Amino acid sequence: MSLLGFCQWLASTPWSIALHESLYMYPLVESVHVLTLTVFLGTAVMLDLRLLGLTLRKVDVEEVVARLAPWMIGGFVVMFASGAMLFYAIPVRSFQNVFFRFKVIFLVLAGINAWLFHSGIYQTVKKWNLDRVPPKRARMAGLISLVLWAFIVIAGRMIAYNWFDCDIQPQPAIVNWWSGCIVENRQ
Amino acid sequence: MTMLPFFEWCETTAIASAIKNSPWAFAVIESFHLLGLAVIGGAVLIVNLRLLGLAFRSQPVSEIAHEAQPWFVGSLTVMLTTGVAMFLSEAMKCYYSESFSVKMVSLMLAIVFTFTIHRRLVIAEEAAMRPHRQKLVALISLALWFAVAAAGRWIGFSG
Repeated sequence: MSLLGFCQWLASTPWSIALHESLYMYPLVESVHVLTLTVFLGTAVMLDLRLLGLTLRKVDVEEVVARLAPWMIGGFVVMFASGAMLFYAIPVRSFQNVFFRFKVIFLVLAGINAWLFHSGIYQTVKKWNLDRVPPKRARMAGLISLVLWAFIVIAGRMIAYNWFDCDIQPQPAIVNWWSGCIVENRQ
Repeated sequence: MTMLPFFEWCETTAIASAIKNSPWAFAVIESFHLLGLAVIGGAVLIVNLRLLGLAFRSQPVSEIAHEAQPWFVGSLTVMLTTGVAMFLSEAMKCYYSESFSVKMVSLMLAIVFTFTIHRRLVIAEEAAMRPHRQKLVALISLALWFAVAAAGRWIGFSG
């Protein structure tokens, strides 16, 4: 089964239709998704800013990570679960949405960046724990994280707009290619 | 006295027309409003988590508050600027939106509370503080800011 076929199957399941057509459930899930941004990204931003030496300068980097991690992880779980529900409610349109595809790529890159930070420079954190401005590789990780998450938020917000939707044609060829639109009756 | 003429005037301003006539301006402003939300969320959270004794217990409250302050003020400025721009472009929708009224009232309360009671508490000497009072102030602050954010999100679903 192709990914599109899978999305079409998802869209035909009763729970997807129920979520899609619900008067309150969908907006509620979306609100949870947006408001949890404050918990997940809010704490992630504070950690990134600490890595850049821009806040909590007198607190050990290790302590910032340890204290904020539960909120980041908890927030991320809620973000991911509510995001998955939003996708499940509108699978085909999301899958073929230009911004959704950008968002997924940025998310993967943010994940790789976080993994590289933890398996790399963070292993030597004991040496620079109290530095007001951490070493360059840590600063880079913080900066890349901030930029990627800003793109993720912007792309996420843009998913709601239908400018490039498959059912609005004609679109430039590159848009149809990127979103995987199947365009019939090409002129 | 009704506020209606004021709301009507808002939508006739040059900024309002510029946003309404652009296909993407509102979306872009909204995105920056959301980025501001993330930062203000972080700044408000770390101070209140400290007050609740849930994070950074080895640092004084005043230290955490001092470090978070520029990010709070900066993100609040971004949120107010982008918020006003979005409001101007859809002032009439806001006039008839209950969520908007709830948001404005809770926003006033949140700002006043933050710069008076909350502020005085976080810059006070540690020894002079009572933990129960700290926790109560933190919970009120979190509740007020949550109301602002939740009502704000709900404006988009109304009308």
